[in-house]
Amino acid sequence: MKRLTLLIAASSVLALAACKTNPPEVLPPVQPTVAPTMTPTPTPVPTAPAGPIAGSQAHFSRTMAGRDVIFFDTDKFNIDSEDAAALRAQAEYMLQYASARATIEGHADERGTREYNLALGERRATSARNYLVSLGVPESRLQVVSYGEERPAVTASNEQAWARNRRAVTVMMQ
Amino acid sequence: MMLKTALLLFAGCTACLATPALAQTLTLPGEELSTVEQADDEGLTVTVTADAWNDLGIAIPAFATNADVATPANAAGTGALGTELARVVFNDLRNNGLFRPVGPDSLPRPGYDQIASPAWPTWQGRSAEMLVHGYVRANPDGRLTVGCYLYDVALQDELVREGWVVTPAEWRRAAHKCADLVYSRLSGESPFFDSRIAYIAETGPKDNRIKRLAIMDSDGANHRFITNGQSTALTPRYSPDYSRIAYLSYQDGHPRIYVYDIDSGRQTLVTESSNPTFAPRWSPDGRYLLYSMAIAGNTDIYRIPATGGTPQRLTTGPSIEVGGSFSPDGRQIVFESDQSGEQQCYIMNADGSNQRRISFFGGRCATPEWSPRGDQIAFTHIVGDFHVAVMDTSGRNMRTLTNGWQDEAPTWAPNGRIIQFFRSARDNGDSAIWQVDLTGENERRLNTPVGASDPAWGPVLP
Repeated sequence: MKRLTLLIAASSVLALAACKTNPPEVLPPVQPTVAPTMTPTPTPVPTAPAGPIAGSQAHFSRTMAGRDVIFFDTDKFNIDSEDAAALRAQAEYMLQYASARATIEGHADERGTREYNLALGERRATSARNYLVSLGVPESRLQVVSYGEERPAVTASNEQAWARNRRAVTVMMQ
Repeated sequence: MMLKTALLLFAGCTACLATPALAQTLTLPGEELSTVEQADDEGLTVTVTADAWNDLGIAIPAFATNADVATPANAAGTGALGTELARVVFNDLRNNGLFRPVGPDSLPRPGYDQIASPAWPTWQGRSAEMLVHGYVRANPDGRLTVGCYLYDVALQDELVREGWVVTPAEWRRAAHKCADLVYSRLSGESPFFDSRIAYIAETGPKDNRIKRLAIMDSDGANHRFITNGQSTALTPRYSPDYSRIAYLSYQDGHPRIYVYDIDSGRQTLVTESSNPTFAPRWSPDGRYLLYSMAIAGNTDIYRIPATGGTPQRLTTGPSIEVGGSFSPDGRQIVFESDQSGEQQCYIMNADGSNQRRISFFGGRCATPEWSPRGDQIAFTHIVGDFHVAVMDTSGRNMRTLTNGWQDEAPTWAPNGRIIQFFRSARDNGDSAIWQVDLTGENERRLNTPVGASDPAWGPVLP
């Protein structure tokens, strides 16, 4: 339990250090000395390099050209042939760039209850991950996170939008 | 005449005033309550039948004060506070569709000496069958004594009285207790106004929504944001003693349940695991927490002592089992599972044994919540659109209470007579907390500072 408290405290300090203008999420900083009197750090602006670096999210996204996302039917989490093709492309990429690590985000549409959607997003992301692992991507380079219905890609409320939101998105960790 | 007062002892501290936390623990010494109830023994003639009581006219004039003096509860003194107290009682009843109340702004103000001895001619002929009188008095120690009396105008008789000592910061609780006293005495139902709600405050566009943990009194007052929105917060649940809130946060990037201690502001993970945890629920005695956890993509329900310890896995199937709500006696749990291919409601014993499906009425059954009275289960009925519905504990006698496009996540008032839920709009997804009573009547939207979802109504305050 002690370790957990420390972790929470540490993450809160990190949040403070990374974003000095905002107060910490909930907990007061454990070491108030890390703080705002120091020279203000400029807000990091993503630099635009000539071309994206291999293994980066930008490079992955450009290379995948849409195949970084797979879609699901309502309440389903199975990998169909179209998904399989996309996941093969993702696996090839990850095997080519051996240092690349990825997070698979699982999502649900808004036409579900919140907690079920969290479970469903987890199931979808795990399906995608398991498929990548079956293609030889080491498990240690993949993690999953469910956002349930919290992060829609398309905000309209109709069948087309919901179909676009029932998805698993593979994102390279920077 | 001596006013018999039931003392509410303030067991908090001055620091509680500085941090407007919920630390203000109140206790009711038994001896003084019992003297109050004596006066009430004969009054059963006026406990009105369910059909009739709601038509009663109730006059609620301003509360009187013995001396109009300064109080931190109201910049204009105890006289003005007396009017505010009556307004809170009036709004509690009016906003919940209870009785036909008339408030202090359209009534004469009684004098302090009339509180225990009403000027009957003033109140007869006002089409109010019932009369509420109250007083507020500033004590030398800075606290307030608030008295509340209910009279039958035709009988010219006192039905019930009670009094409370409160800190100035919690003067509204005395008004809620007065409203509870009136409501309980006339309807025969249990009280519910003196309670709080935890919920999620929502701002920003649908694809970048900011979701913050927030709390408020049952009437929306004393609103307070607990998290600042840097990370998404979801699905809060008050512990039954209001000392803690279990909720989901993405603060480390993954969905995890934290137990937030309101006094200290500290929080701990519900369980030490790298797996995502969600859907926190307290047992009615506060000794256990349920949570749902996904391992390798498979979500099941677990139970853990609230003080920590070894979790016990209650469901084991390869399907999604999620949520859970204890029966009031703590012996059973209603939960949802998609083992049949879609979300349906199931009941099991609190140790996970004897699992059985109860919902067989068509459509999906989600987010079941057991009524504090034990006889009903509220849930989200998904039939294309999402409606709030109730059924009995065998899954029979299903009744739909709301007809929105997306109404979900019911939560019960402490007395099991009212259900709150949240309603989301098409397209922009804007959400608000609504409530409806068990008959499907008196549907209304709650006032919150910003958008609102995931309401969780706590029990009557200790």
